Amino acid sequence: MAGLLSFGFLQRALLAGVFIGLACALLGVFLVLRKDAMVGHGLSHVTFAGVALGLFLNVMPLSMALLTAVLAALGLMKLKERAGLYGDTAVGIISSVGLALGILLATLSHSFNVALFSYLFGEILAIENLEVWLTLGLAMIVLAAVLANYRGLLFLTFDPDSARASGIKTSRLESLLAVLTAVTIVLGMKVVGILLVASLLIIPAAAGLQLARRFRQALLLAAVASFLSVVGGILAAFVFDLPASATIVLLSFVLFVAAFLGRRVKGTA
Amino acid sequence: MDSAAGERDVLISVRNVSFRYDGQPVLLDVSLDIRAGNFLALLGPNGSGKTTLLKIMLGLLKPQSGAVSLMGRPLAEFKDWSRVGYVPQKATHIDPFFPASAREVVAMALSRGPQETEEASPRKRRDKAVERALELVGMSEFGSRRIGSLSGGQQQRVFIARAIATGPRVMLLDEPTTGVDVENQERFYDILAGLNEKEGITIVQVTHDIGIVDRHITQVACLNQRLTYHGSHEEFCRSQAFRDMIAGGNHLVAHRH
Repeated sequence: MAGLLSFGFLQRALLAGVFIGLACALLGVFLVLRKDAMVGHGLSHVTFAGVALGLFLNVMPLSMALLTAVLAALGLMKLKERAGLYGDTAVGIISSVGLALGILLATLSHSFNVALFSYLFGEILAIENLEVWLTLGLAMIVLAAVLANYRGLLFLTFDPDSARASGIKTSRLESLLAVLTAVTIVLGMKVVGILLVASLLIIPAAAGLQLARRFRQALLLAAVASFLSVVGGILAAFVFDLPASATIVLLSFVLFVAAFLGRRVKGTA
Repeated sequence: MDSAAGERDVLISVRNVSFRYDGQPVLLDVSLDIRAGNFLALLGPNGSGKTTLLKIMLGLLKPQSGAVSLMGRPLAEFKDWSRVGYVPQKATHIDPFFPASAREVVAMALSRGPQETEEASPRKRRDKAVERALELVGMSEFGSRRIGSLSGGQQQRVFIARAIATGPRVMLLDEPTTGVDVENQERFYDILAGLNEKEGITIVQVTHDIGIVDRHITQVACLNQRLTYHGSHEEFCRSQAFRDMIAGGNHLVAHRH
């Protein structure tokens, strides 16, 4: 193990992966409880459009992905409010349009190549130093924002009307949640790729929620599940020459199943 | 009592409020003053606008016309929400598997910081406020239990604890005993009466059930799109508004103990 960890690329991958995983896990608990789990899926398709736009314009794809994801997240919120759509319908619309735009732009710019595929499937083992620092910075911002607004977000998630009646600026918190989700999706894209990034938001959170009886417990268990998935997945991928993104997601699913069985054995109500 | 002192006593003032939903009138020109110290039952048949009026008082809905002020300040300028407690209608909408303990649910109300106590650290202030609120509603021993594992009556007591954790002057409750069995309803109203009489919290309760609160309420307001009665409970029971409400076949539960 010590030998493995002496490799610079593994150190970078683990460092970035763990922080991204933690951000996804904490945010994921709120999204799953709000029944907004599929928002991540929808935003990942928009992120694809952002990456394709970046390749089309020859501008840094990560920055275009961030911009389009944030705009789409805020647009999704407004679509639900103004057009009176159910959440999953709004996600379906945004997701479809994002994917279609991405395919169109990628075709027009002849970008169906290795660069695009690395965004689709993730390449955490190839992450560079600058990307690590950028990723760490953004992940810390997401973690700090969630922890700083933890009580308000919890109240909003549990009982939105009462939260508003207590003077909490719920529309600001909704916007914050939308932006944080967008940023986290773009971060997660590096670890597991656009196709699987939503699973980083959903599965560790779902695993934590199987066993938690208190909210702090749910956050802690989701963070543990995410940590184990990311670290175990990256190491296993390197040792057995497997795709890191798929290994991380499948390992997180194994942990979810273990949590599910653990709950049945424990008889948690 | 001169007008200046009278104004200071008014906690919630509703003036000429009208509200329509999809063009259909729900409230028509309603004016009502809620004074400190009262336990007011807001009665009316289904669809009479009771919940709508409550939500307008809390700023959750905006009327098409009219104005509301809280503790002398127009609603749009009111900031001291720790002085207002709210218990929503029972919670079929609360996720039974939500991973929050009763203590965590009560602490949600303190998201914006607890009232001043002698404790120095914010965490200790918050913990003390939560424990006191749970004690007042008789739920101290259930603090660690998951909210979904509690009975309907116990959940509502936790929501009352959440509403009083910030030390409110007034508490608004929307049909809080829906789905609660009769025995626990009695206990529930005893708790509310205690909060009104001993803690000095003004209570506004939307209800169908005039009988169960007979012993405790001081004021009655009747709503059927318009305010048809507002006065003392004793006068209400002798009033035409009461007879109309019973005879009209509206869903009102009137029973004696």
